[in-house]
This record gives sequence, structure tokens and C-alpha cells, in this order.
Amino acid sequence: MTLAARARRALAPHWYAWTMVAPVTVVLGVIIGFPLVRGVYLSLTDADEANVARDIGMNHLPATYHFTGLDTYRAILTDPVFWGRLGWTVVWTVACVGITYLIGLGLATLLNRPLRGRTAYRLALILPWALPAFVSVFTWRMLFNDRNGLLNSVLTGGGIGAIPWLNDPTWAKLAVIAVNVWLGVPFMLVALLGGLQSLPGELYEAAEMDGAGPWQRFRHITLPGLRTVSSTVILLSTIWTFNMFPVIFLLTRGGPGDATEILVTYAYRLSFVDSPRDFSGSAAWGVLILLILCAAAVLHRRALRKQGETW
Amino acid sequence: MTSTVNGTAPGATTASAPAAQAPRRRGERGPLASAGLHLTLLLAAVIAVFPPLWLLITSFKPKNDAFTTAVVSHPTLANYRHVLGDTSFPTWFGNSVLVVAVTTVVGVLLAATTGYALSRFRFPGMRPLLWLLLITQMFPVAVLIVPLYNLMAGLGLLNQPGGLIITYLTIAVPFCAWMMKGYFDTIPVEIDEAGRVDGLSPFGTFWRLVLPLARPGLAVTGFYTFVTAWAEVAYASAFMTGDEHLTLAGGLQTFVNQYTNDWGSMTAAAVLIAVPATAVFAFAQRHLVAGLTAGTTKG
Repeated sequence: MTLAARARRALAPHWYAWTMVAPVTVVLGVIIGFPLVRGVYLSLTDADEANVARDIGMNHLPATYHFTGLDTYRAILTDPVFWGRLGWTVVWTVACVGITYLIGLGLATLLNRPLRGRTAYRLALILPWALPAFVSVFTWRMLFNDRNGLLNSVLTGGGIGAIPWLNDPTWAKLAVIAVNVWLGVPFMLVALLGGLQSLPGELYEAAEMDGAGPWQRFRHITLPGLRTVSSTVILLSTIWTFNMFPVIFLLTRGGPGDATEILVTYAYRLSFVDSPRDFSGSAAWGVLILLILCAAAVLHRRALRKQGETW
Repeated sequence: MTSTVNGTAPGATTASAPAAQAPRRRGERGPLASAGLHLTLLLAAVIAVFPPLWLLITSFKPKNDAFTTAVVSHPTLANYRHVLGDTSFPTWFGNSVLVVAVTTVVGVLLAATTGYALSRFRFPGMRPLLWLLLITQMFPVAVLIVPLYNLMAGLGLLNQPGGLIITYLTIAVPFCAWMMKGYFDTIPVEIDEAGRVDGLSPFGTFWRLVLPLARPGLAVTGFYTFVTAWAEVAYASAFMTGDEHLTLAGGLQTFVNQYTNDWGSMTAAAVLIAVPATAVFAFAQRHLVAGLTAGTTKG
């Protein structure tokens, strides 16, 4: 056997594997890799609307921004705006993921038993998932409408004063969290229900024989059995919620003032809404978001590995 | 939930009670627990269903009644007629269907091949790829959108369906590949081996044997890709401009500005957007539990 043939033989399985993953890797590399590198570079410059390359009429103006090193980051990290937004983003993420998980787990436990009309309940409960998010958010905006919305009509009709749902900082925060929970429960429910159904029934029978009550069975069988599913869905929904652009942008546009602005919507505002558009600032915010999430994912993986789960 | 084990055996000391209740079997509930269970689920179901239902009801109301609390007094199709006849809505709808259909088909194929390779082969570069798939989930729109806009402009893909399709694929495929890997992990390797013994190539094994078995996983993946692409707002409004290029997400945005007071038309448009999504959902939901579980438990 020649050397080339031997090499081909050794590489053959990898060759198939690489061919199968190649399209995804290449597309991800181009579409994510290039903009990422470019974004990191922009964050190290002072690029804004006035000095990037652009065309005005027939004239092409070359870029005139400069490399400024970490100045942008220094400015952001010493600015109370960033820490304020970070604080609210953390509160928002923890509140949304926590409440969504608890409701999802509760409903999944209720649905995971013989029950008349179970399919109907399940279909109704996962309906919010079927609607495009912007349609749901639009509907909620209609319900929350200050003067004419259904919620306020009912409240004033019942003798309670109208509530400025989206115009008062505190109420607006509660409103965006409520809508995001409404949107997020179906995913949790379906994932956890699947997890519950894969738990062996014998465990419960054995525990019952040993005299374990409902709470003890839940605490010592259900919760440990759901650990893998839970850790995955919690990680995913933490990432999604942290970056949840549409709910906040479409419901309140970050307002009133910047009360509900999370990091992502603020970064978007810097480069697309505010004038002059601040590209380097926006990119730097984006990089900081990414760093925070990466740190969270690494901690999560480390915690999992300590419990003996690896990939 | 009640259990039958209560210390004393039921029936032993109930001689005084003439119509002694039969001891409950395992898994049966008392009437009170049953009522509580149904009430809780009913309340949750109402909260889940009410907003979309209200949207549907409002869309049939005449323009000026949009905010009345009364359930339809004069049902009308005027809103739908206006949206379909007098606006660019049908064009946007066509654009969206094109983008979403291509994204879904290509996305499912890519996710399946990638997931299969990750599930069946141990190859150099596998762990970094798994990390890459996870990390792309974290990329904030904000850091990518400006450079990506420039990239698309450079490639001449702005205002082209192609640009949006590629972008949506990068959003949806990583998660889907992850899910498909979990799903393929549940299909016994012996099936592949049998195929190989019978002379199929690795790709043939994948295409002719494993893929048909993975149909529930494919349904979930397809559903997820569809929903992602159908509902995406930020890229759609940044990359597509001009009335005839817009997709539904961007189109509804112009609606909000243009017809600020015309909630009637907006509700009708929203319903028309939601219908295909719900139809796809109804088709995929049978597989949803099985497919998603495999993806998450093995993830």
C-alpha cells in the first residue's frame, strides 16, 4: 500500500465528516466570522456617521476614522449609563428566565398525567409559540394601550383607575417582562414536558412503595431527572432573553426615557436610531455583550462538567 | 395528587360508614384535586389564547370600533379587503414566502447533515464546531448588523432575497444542527452499521436509512427555521428597503407609521401573517415533544 493510499484510508471517515459539516462551517465563517472581526475592529476606532466611507451623490468619500485602541471601551465602562443598562438587563434576564421556568415546570407537571382534555390544553398553551413574535407584541401593545386598550377599559369599568402600562417606568418594566414570559412559556413547557415523559415510571412506583409523598417524589425524582433538560433550556433561554431585541424594541422602543432599554436595544439605538450614528460605540457595546455571555456559557459548562457531563 | 398509602389500610376501620369509598387506585385524584388541576390549566390556557383571540375578533370589527370592549356587533370584512386590495401587503407576503421557503428547505438539509456528522463521526475539529454552534447563539444583532450590512452591500445582496436567506440560515442552522445531533444520537448506530454492511456509502446510509427515521426531528427543525425566518424583524427592516422588496415584518412596520390610527387594517394584516405560521405549527406540533426532547436531553 502506498503512503498516499494509506493516508486516504486514514482520512476517509474524517473526509466524509468534514464534507458534511463544511457548508455550515463555511457559511458561519463568512457571515459571522467576517462581521465579527470587522465589528471588533470598528469598536477599536472612532468610527461614526461622519467619518466612515460613504457616497454622497457621485462623490465617494473615503473613510477618515482612526484607530483609537481601547478608548471607546474606557469611555463606556466609566459611564454610568452602561452600568445602569447592565443592571436592568440582568434583572430582566433573571426575572424572565426564572418566572418562565417556574411556570413552564408547573404547567408541565400538571400536564404530565392522565387528564381529560389534555391535548386541548397542550395545544392552547403552546399557541403563543406559533404566532410570529412581532404579531404577538403588536397585539399586546393594543391591549396595553393607555386610553383605549382593553386592559384599561376593564380596569376603569371595574372602578379601578387606568394604569399607564407603557408610559410609567415601573409599569413598563413589568409589562415587558410579562409579555416576554407569555412568549417564552411554551418553549419551556414543551421541553420540560418531553423531559418528564422520558422519566421512568418505575422510579415513582418504587418511591411510592417506600412511602414518599408527592412533594418528596417531585423533589427527589422529578427535579434530578430533569437536570439535563433544565440546564440546556435555561442556558438557551438566558442567552435569548439577554439578547431579546424584538419584545423591547417593538413594545416600548426602550422607553419611557430609557427605562426598559436593555444592552442590545441600546447598542442598536446607538448605530441606527440616534444621530449622529455611533458605529464604534455600538460595536463596543456588542463586543461587551458577547464577552458577558461567553463568560456565562463557560461557567455553565464548567458547572456541568463538575457534575460529570461532558462533550 | 393523593396517594393510597395513608398509614392505615382503607376499609379496615370504616365499618361505621355504610357507603365506604372504594380506595383510590394509583394516579387517581380526589374531586377537589381534579377541580384545582382543571381550573389552573384552564386559567393558563385562557391567558395563552386570549390575546390572539382578541386580535382575531378586533380584525372583524369596523374601523371605528377597534377599541370597543364589545365582541363584534357589526362583523365586517372591510379591514381584510382594504389590506389585500389597497396596500402592498400581497407583495410583501410573496417576498416572505419565497425567503422563508428557501430558508427552511436549505436550513433543514444543512442542519441534518451537520447534526449527523456531529452525532456519528469523531473527527478533528468536532469540539470547536460544537462550541461555534453554541456561541453563534449569543451574537447580539447589534455587533453584527452594521458589518453584515456592509458585507451584503459589497456582495450586492441588499434588497435581494438571497441576502436575507443567508442571514436567516446563520441564525437558525446552529440551533437546528444542535437539535438534530441530539435526535440522531437516539437512533441506534446498528442501523448505520447494517447499511454499511449492505454496501451503502456513509452518505447513502444517512440519506436512505437514517434521515427517514429522523422525520420527527426534521419536522421540529423545519418548524423552528420557519418561525425564526417568518418572525425576524431587525435584519429584515435593515436590509430591505423600498415597498416592493419588503418582507412582512418590515411591511407591518411601515404600516404602523403610515396608518397610526388605523388599528383595524393592522389587526387584519397581523391575522393574515399569523395564519400560515399557525398552520405550519399545527402540522409540526405532533412531533414537537418527541423531537425537541431528544434535542435537549442529549444536548
